[in-house]
Amino acid sequence: MKTLFIIPAFNEELNIRGVIEDIRGHVQGADILVINDGSADATGNIAKNLGVTVITLPYNLGIGAAMQTGYHYAHMQGYDIAVQFDGDGQHRADQLDQLLDPLERGEADIVIGSRFLTKGMYKAGVARLIAIRMLSRIISSLIGQKITDPTSGLRAVNRKSMLLFCRCYPDDYPEPESLVLLHKAGFRIAESPVLMERRLLGNSSITLFRGVYYMVKVVLAVLVDMIKEVPRR
Amino acid sequence: MDMIPILATLVSMVIFLSVLELIRRNRLKEKYSLLWLFSSLVLLWFSVSRKSLHLVAGYIGIQYPPSVIFLLGFLFLIVINIHFSTVISRLSDRNKTLAQEMALLKEMLERKKRAEE
Repeated sequence: MKTLFIIPAFNEELNIRGVIEDIRGHVQGADILVINDGSADATGNIAKNLGVTVITLPYNLGIGAAMQTGYHYAHMQGYDIAVQFDGDGQHRADQLDQLLDPLERGEADIVIGSRFLTKGMYKAGVARLIAIRMLSRIISSLIGQKITDPTSGLRAVNRKSMLLFCRCYPDDYPEPESLVLLHKAGFRIAESPVLMERRLLGNSSITLFRGVYYMVKVVLAVLVDMIKEVPRR
Repeated sequence: MDMIPILATLVSMVIFLSVLELIRRNRLKEKYSLLWLFSSLVLLWFSVSRKSLHLVAGYIGIQYPPSVIFLLGFLFLIVINIHFSTVISRLSDRNKTLAQEMALLKEMLERKKRAEE
């Protein structure tokens, strides 16, 4: 199946080369699209020099709108599968096979790569872990399906989900929010176990307070999503 | 007590005329000014007409009739602000779509150029 790897990147000049090479090392002749989300550094140029497709947004639109641009491109170019692969070096291309499997077998419309289906492998700060666990509980009960890693940015979608995301894709916290959107549209969500690195460079320092604050904001956003209507066009 | 109606009349007239002037100079679009014009006219009406002011105050049980003017002004501001929030949301949505489409087109153009070279 024709697969596109979408890498949303904002000021990732230190990581972007490694990410692209990682994908190429595991997927022969992979089609890679970097969404350069208004970076002020050399992210776009580095990617271009490596010969991947680069779409440069005129200013920083945020991860949601950046990914949506990628879905538009994937849909336009007739890709069967679009994979979100973060540009910060967290995701590992050697984990891709299990991610794509359910899509290729037609068993799901989206597959989330979950850090928590493989026990004890993912190391992160306590605050982050607590926030993700709580969020996982809340989202799971809202959509009536166990989602262990709702904030995971490693995910693959088929054409059906691509089209939905072209029509509407959440701006603020797209990873957890899109799950609610997909659930409301009646799409099939699957999770598959993956290993992830901790952020390579530019460690995001989530304190306990920020972890809780983040969770509260996401929960509010998700609750709003529950009452929003899914646009049909 | 007697100063308040005069002051309120002056203020609402200034608001009304300023909005008109902004429209005349093309600094404000008509469709975004309707709420302002309507609000200032209603405030003007209650500032001038003591009778209707006292009538409304009596009807909703307000002891001090000029408060009606404050209440109305406050409510109008809320409505106008909500209206502008929806306008801003729509604008930022369209702005996002434009930016995305522009970026997609630019990539297509570059690819075409490279193919021709």
